[in-house]
Amino acid sequence: MEIAFVIEKFVFITVIFALSLLVAMYSTLAERKIAAFLQDRVGPNRAGPGGMFQPLADGVKMFLKEEIIPTESNKFLFIAGPSLAILTACIGSAVIPWGQDIQLFGRTIALQATDINVGILYIFGVVSLGVYGIMIGGWASNNKFSLMGAIRAASQNISYEIPMGLSIIALLLVTNSLSLKDIVEQQHGFQWNVFYQPLGFLIFLVCAFAETNRTPFDLPECETELVGGYHTEYSSMKLGFFLFAEYINMFVSSAVMATLYFGGYNYPGMDFMNNLLGPTFGPLLGMGVLFIKIFAFIFFFMWVRWTIPRFRYDQLMNLGWKVLIPLAIANIVLTGIVTALVNGF
Amino acid sequence: MEALSNRKKVLEQKPMNFWERMYLPAIFKGMAITFRHMFKPKETVFYPEVQREFSENWRGMHSLKRDEEGRERCTACGLCALSCPAEAITMVAAERKKGEEALYREEKYAATYEINMLRCIFCGLCEEACPKEAIYLDGPIVPADYLRKDFIYGKDKLVEKPLTELTK
Repeated sequence: MEIAFVIEKFVFITVIFALSLLVAMYSTLAERKIAAFLQDRVGPNRAGPGGMFQPLADGVKMFLKEEIIPTESNKFLFIAGPSLAILTACIGSAVIPWGQDIQLFGRTIALQATDINVGILYIFGVVSLGVYGIMIGGWASNNKFSLMGAIRAASQNISYEIPMGLSIIALLLVTNSLSLKDIVEQQHGFQWNVFYQPLGFLIFLVCAFAETNRTPFDLPECETELVGGYHTEYSSMKLGFFLFAEYINMFVSSAVMATLYFGGYNYPGMDFMNNLLGPTFGPLLGMGVLFIKIFAFIFFFMWVRWTIPRFRYDQLMNLGWKVLIPLAIANIVLTGIVTALVNGF
Repeated sequence: MEALSNRKKVLEQKPMNFWERMYLPAIFKGMAITFRHMFKPKETVFYPEVQREFSENWRGMHSLKRDEEGRERCTACGLCALSCPAEAITMVAAERKKGEEALYREEKYAATYEINMLRCIFCGLCEEACPKEAIYLDGPIVPADYLRKDFIYGKDKLVEKPLTELTK
């Protein structure tokens, strides 16, 4: 392996990592601003122009707060919980293709950290690992509210992983590939998967809300019943990691949804624009388009959060097991029949 | 049971049809409502820069009044301190000396007059008790501070500015 390739990958991964942290950081500001606008308020506006430096101020505050580890807690796991949560949130973006191959400094660079041929399975693995951070943190706190939150998180994530996986199976029947790069390339131009899999997309979207613990599925941290849920006992930056992991998760799942169903970096008329802008700026424009899609999804996440109230626990389970799973299976059967008809005749 | 008034309404609870049970139309409706609110004028008042008008019976910070010749009205009778349910008011009385007639209206005056703003509940009983119309709660909001001792307001903060300074 040549040294230039290693440097190239290192720089790219660093940039993507920094970018996802930056997006997550400003998501916290965006959340507060959007919440304010939806409620006829103006939101944070004192730190810098329009509240630009609010995330920095929040971060500094989190770092300077007193760190409390409960005496009766399991110290190792108590620290491992938030670390695991933020780790699994960060590694999810490794397989997402951010753009077409780009010509830079006379080299062709793939805008993807790694194109493994089971990219979707990797994403699934990482997403299901994400619940361990919450479970371990909630259990190690040695607090009943935390434990309740952790149990809820675990059962919720297990319930909603099933319809999510089933909706992906229907998508795979259409794409015939597990590699995210292949899936994006197939959606060239405007042949986005959402037009072939609208029901699958809807199921995936609902499950993504549940997997990221966002309202209306934020039962693990439900303030009205469980104080703070799994992070009741957490303070300082360990709490910050839990909250931050949620925003990174949101960013990654928005990127996954944009990649799987909304064409990733594809947009109508992209061949024309690529010819016009050349091999350096064309892919960059594609990357910009992908980010617009991601931001649209993040806005959607927040919009839903400040509109829809939280589910009751039995409603959550009913929706997962009695509605989404049968729907996802029906979607697989339908997709299979249609694919067989189209390919066979 | 027979209704006592004709205001009673019997609500019919119909079972939800399929469209309603999907909840999606209701969700979209709700989201449209919240989206519309994004463009509505904001209700926020930018407090330190912009102040809302107080109502007429607003009770804020106390002020010790002067009469039309600029003399302090308070005669240190102690009725305000007596009436105060929070025991926030203390004062030390002193006798007016010769030559101080332009400063104090009565022969006795308050040498020190302190209100502990952390104790005060802004009930306005001192205002009602005062026989000399010397104290009124017509000021603004009591500002925040860092130390408890800074909330004990003396005459320097409570007494109205002299007329000469106001007309300047």
